[in-house]
Amino acid sequence: MNETNQEATRRTVERVARESYGRLVAYLSVHTHDLASAEDALSNALVSALTHWTQQGVPQNPEGWLMTAARRSLIDVIRHQRVALASEPTLKLLQQDSTETMTGTEFPDERLKLLFVCAHPAIDPAMHTPLMLQTVLGLEAARIGQAFLIAPKTMGQRLFRAKTKVRSGGIPFEIPQEHDLPERLEAVLEAIYAAFGIGWDDMVGADQRGRNLAEEGIWLARVLLQLMPTEGEVQGLLALMLHCEARRSARRGPDGRYIPISEQDPKLWSLPLIQEAERHLAEAFQRDRVGRFQLEAAIQSVHAERARSGRTEWPAIARFYEQLVRISPALGTRIGYAAAVAEANGPEAGLKLLDDIKAEAMSGYQPYWAVRAHLLQRIGKVSDATDAYDRAIGLAEDPAIKEFLLQKRC
Amino acid sequence: MQFALMIYHTPQEFDMRKKDYSDPHLGAWRAYYKALVEAGVYVGANALEVPETGTTVRLKEGKRRVQDGPYADTKEQLAGFIILELPSIDAALEWAARCPGASIGAVEVRPLAPEAMRRGFTG
Repeated sequence: MNETNQEATRRTVERVARESYGRLVAYLSVHTHDLASAEDALSNALVSALTHWTQQGVPQNPEGWLMTAARRSLIDVIRHQRVALASEPTLKLLQQDSTETMTGTEFPDERLKLLFVCAHPAIDPAMHTPLMLQTVLGLEAARIGQAFLIAPKTMGQRLFRAKTKVRSGGIPFEIPQEHDLPERLEAVLEAIYAAFGIGWDDMVGADQRGRNLAEEGIWLARVLLQLMPTEGEVQGLLALMLHCEARRSARRGPDGRYIPISEQDPKLWSLPLIQEAERHLAEAFQRDRVGRFQLEAAIQSVHAERARSGRTEWPAIARFYEQLVRISPALGTRIGYAAAVAEANGPEAGLKLLDDIKAEAMSGYQPYWAVRAHLLQRIGKVSDATDAYDRAIGLAEDPAIKEFLLQKRC
Repeated sequence: MQFALMIYHTPQEFDMRKKDYSDPHLGAWRAYYKALVEAGVYVGANALEVPETGTTVRLKEGKRRVQDGPYADTKEQLAGFIILELPSIDAALEWAARCPGASIGAVEVRPLAPEAMRRGFTG
């Protein structure tokens, strides 16, 4: 065993873990409802893979190997817990399976059930995304904490509590019934979109703390689409994220400066990503119901159109926002609507929409103040605009956004 | 509950302050202060002089020990503090991330001791 060999094995283990983590955790927990034990068992399997694969080479079916090793470890874990009565049937089931699947024949993909568990209404909505990132993608609590601005230890404790709730709170590992499905799916989509990163909507001065999780969000949406290939909203969400992702390199200048969408160079946008997004959106629109994510993707699609036409169809964007506000009147959406209306019909019209928003709702909401400042500046109310810019700057987190707003204030 | 945001600066940042008070981040600090006050969370704050102006005093076996400079010999030094009234640590971390000090050094967030305990100290 030499070092290059070890290094190559480590990379293989990492790749297999990334591809298979969620499938393995889902399969190992679907009967026990015990996510923490499934994760422990899998992590034991990954550790032993590192040794075995380095010595004996990577097996033909790495995922099957991991499954067998993880299942053995899980049986040990469960035995160890001495909750014999409750877990007897599970134990039997696991042992039964392990004789069948020694070299890893196919096992069912239970990730969809796992996604619905993570976004179950009985679990604190703030924990839906972290739980998904950990159980489906295997991200560590520390990294999840980074993105959500929560201390690593605290995030670990909250994840632990959520998993305890899954195990003992009677949360079913199943795909919801027809009548529950739209609402439950919405929660799953919300959680995935949150992973993608709050504030990727290219609004003037939006923050982007979650951007390092953008790829994970896209990955989750692709998994979900694989599992639910005929849901328009799933395709809508994927299209939305791909459109935003397509502009990643255009969002910052070479000096790190923040560049709002209207000033971005469309030549820097990724054409393949835009085309993929458009394909998903077109397919989604052919289905029955137009939902929130399809509308958000449609707005981004109009922006992307500028790469071809050289101009932005603001009236079209305003119309999509109008529909969007009707079905999902979130604060960010209402502000996006006001900004679009201001571009289409003039700043006064936009300001009027902003005035309708309740004071307490927007007092700590940075995009509100950024848009308001911009519109006040356009109608020449200089001192009001300066005040609003100050609020926006004070509420901004990203230094590039702060700098951008500071320069606009002058 | 109340939280202290303790702002730590790098030597470079302190150097900038020594030259004059036209700190390039002044605009961001003013805006941040304004946002804290408008959000109704501001309790108090203050900035400290540069660490070299500090003097550390100890009494060891009845003898005075006076030492030039700050207490801790670390690269980043305490530059100021802000006290905020907030519902949770989550909100405190949110405001810490927005603080200009977070992007030019570090901000430590720590809850103030419970009020009963603080009253014990002041009598």
